[in-house]
Amino acid sequence: MSFLKRKANSARRSPFAAAIVIALGLLLSGGGYAVASGAVTSANANDPYKSAANIAAGKKLFLANCASCHGQNAGGTSAAPSLIGVGAASVDFQVSSGRMPAQGSGPQMPSKTPQFNEQQVIELAAYVASLAPGPEVPSDEALAANGNAERGGQLFRTNCAMCHNAVGAGGALTEGKYAPNLMAAEPKEIYEAMITGPQNMPVFSDANLTPTDKKDIITYLTYVQEHKSPGGYELANLGPVAEGLFAWIFLLGLIIGITIWLGAKSN
Amino acid sequence: MTTATNTQKKGGFLAGTANYLDERVGVAGILKEFGRKIFPDHWSFMLGEVALYSFVVLLISGTFLTFFFQPAMTPVIYDGVYGPLKGAEVSVAYASTLDISFEVRGGLLMRQVHHWAALLFVAAAGLHMLRVFFTGAFRKPREINWVVGFMLFVLGMAGGFTGYSLPDDLLSGNGLRIIDGMIKGLPVVGAYVSSLLFGGEFPGENIVARLYSLHIMLIPALILVFVAIHLFMVVIHKHTHYSGPGKKDTNVVGYPLMPVYVAKAGGFFFLVFGVIMVIAANFTINPVWNYGGYDPSPVSAGTQPDWYIGWLDGALRLAPTHLEVVDWAGNTWSWNILLPMIVGIAFLVVVAVYPFFEAWVTGDKREHHVLDRPRNAPTRTAIGAAGVTFYAVLWAGAGTDLIATNFAMSLNQVLTSIQILLIVAPIVAFFITKRACLSLQRKDREIALHGHESGRIIRLPHGEFVEVHEAVDAFELYTLTDYKTYRPVAATANSKGRITFSSRARAAWSRFFFEDRVEPVTQTELAAAHHDHGQVEGGH
Repeated sequence: MSFLKRKANSARRSPFAAAIVIALGLLLSGGGYAVASGAVTSANANDPYKSAANIAAGKKLFLANCASCHGQNAGGTSAAPSLIGVGAASVDFQVSSGRMPAQGSGPQMPSKTPQFNEQQVIELAAYVASLAPGPEVPSDEALAANGNAERGGQLFRTNCAMCHNAVGAGGALTEGKYAPNLMAAEPKEIYEAMITGPQNMPVFSDANLTPTDKKDIITYLTYVQEHKSPGGYELANLGPVAEGLFAWIFLLGLIIGITIWLGAKSN
Repeated sequence: MTTATNTQKKGGFLAGTANYLDERVGVAGILKEFGRKIFPDHWSFMLGEVALYSFVVLLISGTFLTFFFQPAMTPVIYDGVYGPLKGAEVSVAYASTLDISFEVRGGLLMRQVHHWAALLFVAAAGLHMLRVFFTGAFRKPREINWVVGFMLFVLGMAGGFTGYSLPDDLLSGNGLRIIDGMIKGLPVVGAYVSSLLFGGEFPGENIVARLYSLHIMLIPALILVFVAIHLFMVVIHKHTHYSGPGKKDTNVVGYPLMPVYVAKAGGFFFLVFGVIMVIAANFTINPVWNYGGYDPSPVSAGTQPDWYIGWLDGALRLAPTHLEVVDWAGNTWSWNILLPMIVGIAFLVVVAVYPFFEAWVTGDKREHHVLDRPRNAPTRTAIGAAGVTFYAVLWAGAGTDLIATNFAMSLNQVLTSIQILLIVAPIVAFFITKRACLSLQRKDREIALHGHESGRIIRLPHGEFVEVHEAVDAFELYTLTDYKTYRPVAATANSKGRITFSSRARAAWSRFFFEDRVEPVTQTELAAAHHDHGQVEGGH
């Protein structure tokens, strides 16, 4: 036993020991990193939301346009929430609809002309997604409006219509907040809104509405958007209030015009 | 035998038929009586007619709809042509409404004609009521006919609401749910009445069939009966007319029913029908396919009743929250529901009894067939304006959510503003209207006495500048001066020498109505004014 011990001790004491250990350590960690990063690069070559170049460009855009409210590290300030973990889908929804960057404070940020082009939106989304995992931008497959419109309509009426109206004409929420009109909403926007719950909207996670449910809802809304009412002009789908206003102003107005014409004839 | 053939030859087919009918049902007498009825000409006298014609359109289009509508709530799987509902479990009533809309030839057009005509019916009736109110046409001898007309308006609302609930779609189901809630809010009897109406717990399986019976049988029958009474009374009372030379409380100036008004009214019916058709062919109303079949769980944003129920919905929305109290016996009193119901019923009662109230205040027992210009009854006009404002604010209350979204405002602030307006706006409207009426009367007085300003300035020999006023013609002068004012009456003692409460109340109301007034121009004032201006106006 003492012989063995002594032999090991002598080996450890060798003057090359330290150099060999360091060299081995460097080789293993460096080589391992190189292999691993090579693998990552090849896997994300086609995903713009994970490309290092986009992330770097996105960071620059973020610091110039978003950091004043959301913080240098996107950790949020008293003016705006943290963006850690909101995911690419959230950024894509808010920025491509023009809601972000915001142009003022208020109960809700309205949709306006987008400030960034498609590539810039991808860069920003890639940067925010690189901070922490979050909902991803949906695939084209998920957005194809080829589901079951009947089921989608039923789900829409149960889950969405209380704020967005039965055909998505929009509606009021408390204190100046509102559910926007969905008549021009694109499938991607609808899907992203459901998975990220922007602003005052709740999140409809996959446990709540499965991807199939979401597809059905998109199918229904696409049908409603594409098919004009068979009854004629829709009066913005606002329901009986718009109909009543129309009846008083145009229907009754026209008839009163006729009564005046008939009454004036004899004079 | 020979004489008979001779008469037929002389008059031809028409005279023969007329003679045949006259000998059997006395057509000549009827025609003589009705055909020579005189109607005055004015556009505002045709509003009630519009309501009547809309009702005829409702009967025609409604009959068509009954051929295809099935008022049953039995669940079926929809298998029609409308894609987004194919395979949905809906009621038979809803499925048949979809079939009318998409598969029955002309069905959707008829549905839209029926619905637009319903909106027009109540709107025209309401406007007709306003015309009658503001011109004082409800005064003796027409008080009872005002009440009949009021009943027609309420029946119109009832007919509309029962019809709105028939398709059994999400929107109408939500409307019924509100009615159910209101009924259940009634103290003591609420739950029993609801259970009786719906045949158990809401929504049950009976309500559509029950409302259908009311909608196609009882309510139209009652409307027809009241229309008959209404028109019969118009014939008895004769029509009113606006003030003018030769128009008196003892005559009617206008054209006879035959042939002028038969032609005019017949043509007018087709114009009204035509306008409804054009609107119905081009504008969607109540797109039930969008709402889906009724399911008690979803409530869509923008759920509102048709316009004529809107003021009641507004009253519900405007009621302050947290008014529910639990009494010592553990019963809940939902004042947030009871208060709006009380306000709504009180408003209707005030409308119904106003003619009797005004007659009591003025103490006027004369018959009135010449209408008032609204300005010549300032307090009545102001009360009317306050009532219209009150109704309009309640009405706006039903659209708070749409006002908020479409004008980018906060829903809560819109609601609070409308709550304040409900109290403040009618009072403001009252005073503005009353002052405006009195000012207009003073202007009329000025014109009657001194003529119209001509804009011509002339210089008199001694250097004074004066504007030439052109004298009004006799026709205009008549209209400007032909009205009566009342003066406030004092409380008087009765035969026992006591001043009763009712006498005091009447005196107080009389002061309220007639303390501020502008007296019509008298003959002496007119003569004096003309004498003063004789030289300037170049003698007349």
